[in-house]
Amino acid sequence: MSAAAPNLLEALDVRKEFGGLVAVNDVDFSIPAGAIVSLIGPNGAGKTTFFNMLTGVYQPTRGKIFFDGTDVTGKPPHAITKLGIGRTFQNIRLFQQMTSLENVLVGMHARLHGGIVRSVLRTPGIRREERKASDHARELLALCSLKDRDEDLSRNLPYGDQRRLEVARALATEPKLLLLDEPTAGMNPQETAEFTAFVGELRTKRNLTVLMIEHDMKVVMGISDRVTVLDYGEKIAEGPPKEIQTDERVIEAYLGKAATA
Amino acid sequence: METPAGQPDGRTRGKSALGGASGIGEAWRRVPQRIRTLLPLVIVVFLAALYPSVVDSLRGLSVIGDFFPQVSSMVIILVFTMMAVGLNIVVGYAGLLDLGYVAFYAAGAYMAGWFASGQFEQVSFHLGSVGIDREATGIHVSLWLVLIMAGLFTAFVGILIGLPTLRLRGDYLAIVTLGFGEIIPQFVRNADNLKGFDLTNGTFGINPIDSPGFGEGLNGSLGLPLSFQASFDREKLFYFTILALLLFTVFCSVRLRDSRLGRAWIAIREDETAAAAMGVPLMRTKTWSYALGAFFGGIAGAFYASFKSGAFPSEFYFNISVFLLCMVILGGMGSVWGVIAGGVLLGWLNIEGLAVIGDRFNDAAGTNIEITKYQFGIYGLIIVLMMLFRPIGLIPEGRRKRELEEGVRDEPMLEGRG
Repeated sequence: MSAAAPNLLEALDVRKEFGGLVAVNDVDFSIPAGAIVSLIGPNGAGKTTFFNMLTGVYQPTRGKIFFDGTDVTGKPPHAITKLGIGRTFQNIRLFQQMTSLENVLVGMHARLHGGIVRSVLRTPGIRREERKASDHARELLALCSLKDRDEDLSRNLPYGDQRRLEVARALATEPKLLLLDEPTAGMNPQETAEFTAFVGELRTKRNLTVLMIEHDMKVVMGISDRVTVLDYGEKIAEGPPKEIQTDERVIEAYLGKAATA
Repeated sequence: METPAGQPDGRTRGKSALGGASGIGEAWRRVPQRIRTLLPLVIVVFLAALYPSVVDSLRGLSVIGDFFPQVSSMVIILVFTMMAVGLNIVVGYAGLLDLGYVAFYAAGAYMAGWFASGQFEQVSFHLGSVGIDREATGIHVSLWLVLIMAGLFTAFVGILIGLPTLRLRGDYLAIVTLGFGEIIPQFVRNADNLKGFDLTNGTFGINPIDSPGFGEGLNGSLGLPLSFQASFDREKLFYFTILALLLFTVFCSVRLRDSRLGRAWIAIREDETAAAAMGVPLMRTKTWSYALGAFFGGIAGAFYASFKSGAFPSEFYFNISVFLLCMVILGGMGSVWGVIAGGVLLGWLNIEGLAVIGDRFNDAAGTNIEITKYQFGIYGLIIVLMMLFRPIGLIPEGRRKRELEEGVRDEPMLEGRG
């Protein structure tokens, strides 16, 4: 089922039940290293639930998730982040009372070492680490077109910038795999186009693998190497964008049965 | 007010936010900022250090003289202020409502009781203790060491309490901490016969507890006091010691706030789920806030036990936890200056202030009301009034202020684990 490239992430038979509701129904899923994969599906199809299992927010009821050769099933979110999965949130979850810079610095948490005693003493080592971290954070902000925004409180940023700050913060965790949950939601067409180009750039420049949930078909079809479609918690299709566009079950799921007749 | 530059309080900005600023203009702006940060501290410390020498003249003033607390009262005020600054790490920085802080006070006090008194008469162990007969039974460790031991032990207790409780959120956490705050004094009260072993001397408590001092060597060479207890300046010595301890607490607490750990605390306070997704280990980070908050509570507790020369279970009531929390809320959660102001104000009211104000009131109105009887009612009223008119506290932290004005996003999303 997978391409020639080794898979960075592999989910085997993953299932999530909330009480009697099966949100994700025995889904097999993989992401080849270096690819941009999109996860699409109608509202309530289980996309975000699936995302949350990959990042450790939810524990799968059944099934296994492997990332970069490690079994990450049931690991807490911070451990998964440390292994190299960075994410953004569908409804922006920045630390609103922190500046952009501080937001990015929190993202570096797992990559910094500053212990308690050394922080209190503010040893030269700590100063150096903090200075390096700030410099690196500014670079990431600049990369995400947020130059000169580092001292702004994140909640005062315009909407598009907040989305980009979420990406900068996720990049600060030094991910191998970047998960974007509806990154272009609420953006105007121009912002969306810019953002799409930006994601493509990230992949090549930073050697990232990207998984995104996206509703904007233009984005999905334009940038993805592969698209996976969920409907009612089940994987109904998977393949290159061109195939997905003509897949009957997909059209049915989105537009109803009449559309395919 | 919305831009960082216009923040009401320069200290609230982490140093990291300033590092690497370029250009002369930036550098120029940095100078007054630092002075603005340090100047109030220098003035306050200077006045505080001067206080014991001028207190007699101040108290001699007509009309306002009574409002200046005695040095011995100041010691107690500063002890509680130190505990409040410790509690602020838990409540103010990490946003965890702890209603059982008294447990840490008790743990610290009993550490002094165990390691600096004649409680364990089965043994006779002396280590650097001062002013104690070498033949005396019990464990007598130098009180300076005991302070450190008490801090470490209490931090350990904090971790023990934290591990099962910190998975809870908000109200649930508050209730469980409340439970622990009750369990520990009850344990202390009943631990005078653990299979025949007297650990705490029950309701009678442990006394006398040794006093700090510098011993004969330093007394002879540097003229430092042999033992605080035996000195004519006993109160003054304790006062300077607690002032130093408080400064130490403030220093550590500010440095921690501006560190990697402090950022993680604030991130957790603002949005746990996002913090976890950014690689912040929730349990460990919260437990550290607990342990560090406890650390300072333990030191303060041990010091206070030594000052009073006793540790009594009747002092470790829920009231104390609430009282400390009031100090934090009154001053401004998360703001170190605020908590100091709140601590000193409420501490003073508790020890002398209310009685003085009550007397004044009675004199003026010709009544005979014992105002101090209503102290907790009055503190309650103060908190209610604060919540109505200035919920952000006396000296608010900039960030916290905005949170209170706009609310935080903290929808539970994790499945009860971290």
